[in-house]
Amino acid sequence: MTEFKTQEMTLNMGPQHPSTHGVIRFIVKSDGEVMDRAIPDVGYLHRSIEKISEAMTYNGFMPWTDRVDYLAAMNCNVAYAMAVEKLTGIQPTKRAEYLRVIAQELNRIISHLLAVGSLAMDVGAYTPFLHTLREREAINTLMEELCGQRLTYNYARIGGVIYDLPDGFVQKTLPVLDRVERALNEFNRLVTDNKIFLKRLGGVGVISREEAIDYNLVGPNLRGSGVKWDLRRDEPYSVYPELDFEVPVGCGEAGVLGDCYDRYIVRVKEITEACKIVRQCFEKMPAGDHMVKTPKKIRPPKGEVYTRVESTRGDLGVYLVSDGSDKPYRLKFRTSSFTAMSIIEKVSHGLMIADLIALIASLDIVAPEIDR
Amino acid sequence: MQSLADTLIAKYLFLQSLPTEVVYAGLQVLVGIVVLSAFVAPFAGITSWVERRIAARIMDRVGPNRVGPQGFLQWLADGIKSILKEDLIPTLADQPLFRMAPYFVFAGMFAAFVAIPFSSALIVADLNVGIFYILAITSLVVVGILMSGWASNNKYSLLGGMRAAAQIVSYEIPSGLGILTIVLLAGSLSMQEIIKAQGASPVHWFLFNNPFAMVAFFVLFVSSLAEGNRTPFDIPEAESELVSGYNTEYSGMRFLFFFFAEWANLYIIAAVGVTLFMGGWQIPAVLRAWAMGINPLLPHLFEFLTFFIKALGIVFVIIWIRWTLPRVRVDQLMTLCWKYLTPIGFICVLGTAVWMVLFPQGLPWVTYLLLTFVGVTILYFFYRVYYQTRFADVALDFNPFV
Repeated sequence: MTEFKTQEMTLNMGPQHPSTHGVIRFIVKSDGEVMDRAIPDVGYLHRSIEKISEAMTYNGFMPWTDRVDYLAAMNCNVAYAMAVEKLTGIQPTKRAEYLRVIAQELNRIISHLLAVGSLAMDVGAYTPFLHTLREREAINTLMEELCGQRLTYNYARIGGVIYDLPDGFVQKTLPVLDRVERALNEFNRLVTDNKIFLKRLGGVGVISREEAIDYNLVGPNLRGSGVKWDLRRDEPYSVYPELDFEVPVGCGEAGVLGDCYDRYIVRVKEITEACKIVRQCFEKMPAGDHMVKTPKKIRPPKGEVYTRVESTRGDLGVYLVSDGSDKPYRLKFRTSSFTAMSIIEKVSHGLMIADLIALIASLDIVAPEIDR
Repeated sequence: MQSLADTLIAKYLFLQSLPTEVVYAGLQVLVGIVVLSAFVAPFAGITSWVERRIAARIMDRVGPNRVGPQGFLQWLADGIKSILKEDLIPTLADQPLFRMAPYFVFAGMFAAFVAIPFSSALIVADLNVGIFYILAITSLVVVGILMSGWASNNKYSLLGGMRAAAQIVSYEIPSGLGILTIVLLAGSLSMQEIIKAQGASPVHWFLFNNPFAMVAFFVLFVSSLAEGNRTPFDIPEAESELVSGYNTEYSGMRFLFFFFAEWANLYIIAAVGVTLFMGGWQIPAVLRAWAMGINPLLPHLFEFLTFFIKALGIVFVIIWIRWTLPRVRVDQLMTLCWKYLTPIGFICVLGTAVWMVLFPQGLPWVTYLLLTFVGVTILYFFYRVYYQTRFADVALDFNPFV
């Protein structure tokens, strides 16, 4: 009798694959449907944004920050502006801070709507994805009124924001927020309470509390593992201390704490919280200028700073070194998708190929953010 | 038919050299193929348009509306485009198998139409093992899918092919058990005999005959979805996982054959369901007598329409499910089949057998109870739809033609 020789199958998932949301590559070592491990391969979307900054003036670099994470461009704008402000000592006005928070939270709604929609699509339900995109369009239109762009906003400036609220913006935004919340209810009825959906996500891709901290997961991925950590609450910046909002954490409703479902439901809940924050901002926002007077050419003193904001995907850090000239000496973005990528190899052991897709989607990895 | 064959034999000399039976059979086959193609090809095409329109309405978008009125001719445009496309075959593919695979899939699906009754007379071959034949011949599809998965020399295709083979072979068992329940009730495997054992009114449908038959319908329906690779069981062509599954490497007309088979398969699923459980083409005797008085062909038209509309109802539900539910995972699919559907299927068969022994004449009150139950469920469903639409914020447009 001849012996059957079995061998591991190497499946190249990506760089072009329908469910990797951009140019991500995984080398999947699998035994049929069951994976041994999925090795992430990063670097396909490296655009040297950090290096480019060294040849740009401080103001001129702002549009490049949009491209760091195109789904959370506003957060990147603000993070960079905050770094330069901290270095130069420029203090933006109170109104500008509120405008930034409004813009950031609207951005959070946009990003999370896309994240939960595409997660639903990745587990096979196409319709919810289009429903969330429909709502996203409404907010995109608001963003267009606010800053002239639908995706790469380029809204924050060193010392404030470029435009004040347009006329009637509040009256237009409030109904949209109500609508998003109602659409989210509909979405929950369609997807979140769906038995198949729960079975696909519950208990799959479990990241324990310790693992999440060890691998430096941040944002909804960390909160999905039950760690109540949110920069907006724990290391408040801007005007977040004046605002009242909840920090949703995963609690293992669908299976084990830290599974794909927990990460998903944290995002769904954060959309509601973001709506709440925007409403509060509209009430509390003081009158005033949206921009302070800044020198045309910003020359920060020698030194280095590190600022971080809670981006939609979590902790977004900007490390900025100045040598006293009008260009940054070194700029470093610390993004969350990179660390989220690194945990996949560990978590993917023993999962099925279909689960890998759910895992990637639940970690909400955005390809350009991995490499900058 | 026979007289036509006779005139042909008289006219063409070479036919006289053949045995008469061969000519008769040959003509019948030829007519069958032409008639079925005339039905199946437009049906599959139009279904593709209908599916895309329904999907668009569910997803709150417009859908194809450019080619022809309301985009009705979109399927023709797609077909022409596919024919004109370059026929790509990967260099390392197993060429003969790669070329053959779509025809196996297509043949398996097309041959099943032979035993599908359209009316009391419109059936290509009323086989005495009709339903068994359909079950057997649609299994040919597995061979084609496995072939395409293997021959493509692509790991995604291979995974898709393997998934499809495992899935379709497994789900043959619950669907076979579901069919067996009805075969017990009807006492025949012939499609026409099964329909004749039922009546026009829902009271006489096998669906409401006894509780086991009703459960068997759901077993059969779910397994048909799985056998037809429809959502939530579309794992062989799971787009987000396997790119496109077994047909990843196909393009142009070969690709179209797979989808042609898929949409034609929708009608087979529906037709089997209608035949077995929903009284097939049965129309009320009064209507038949009235139509007979006008034109002897008219009853057949009514029968055809009855059957067709019932089948379209099921086709609509299948499309609706596809655009609503997420996809199950491979292991969950197998769990559903072996741990739930197969035992339930056995219970249905045994239960029906016991039922037939205990109540040979049937129990009318049980039938009415089941009928009421289904009616109330449907009413409650529409109430829920009404209830939900009141809270919907987006402008609801029930008009399918925007």
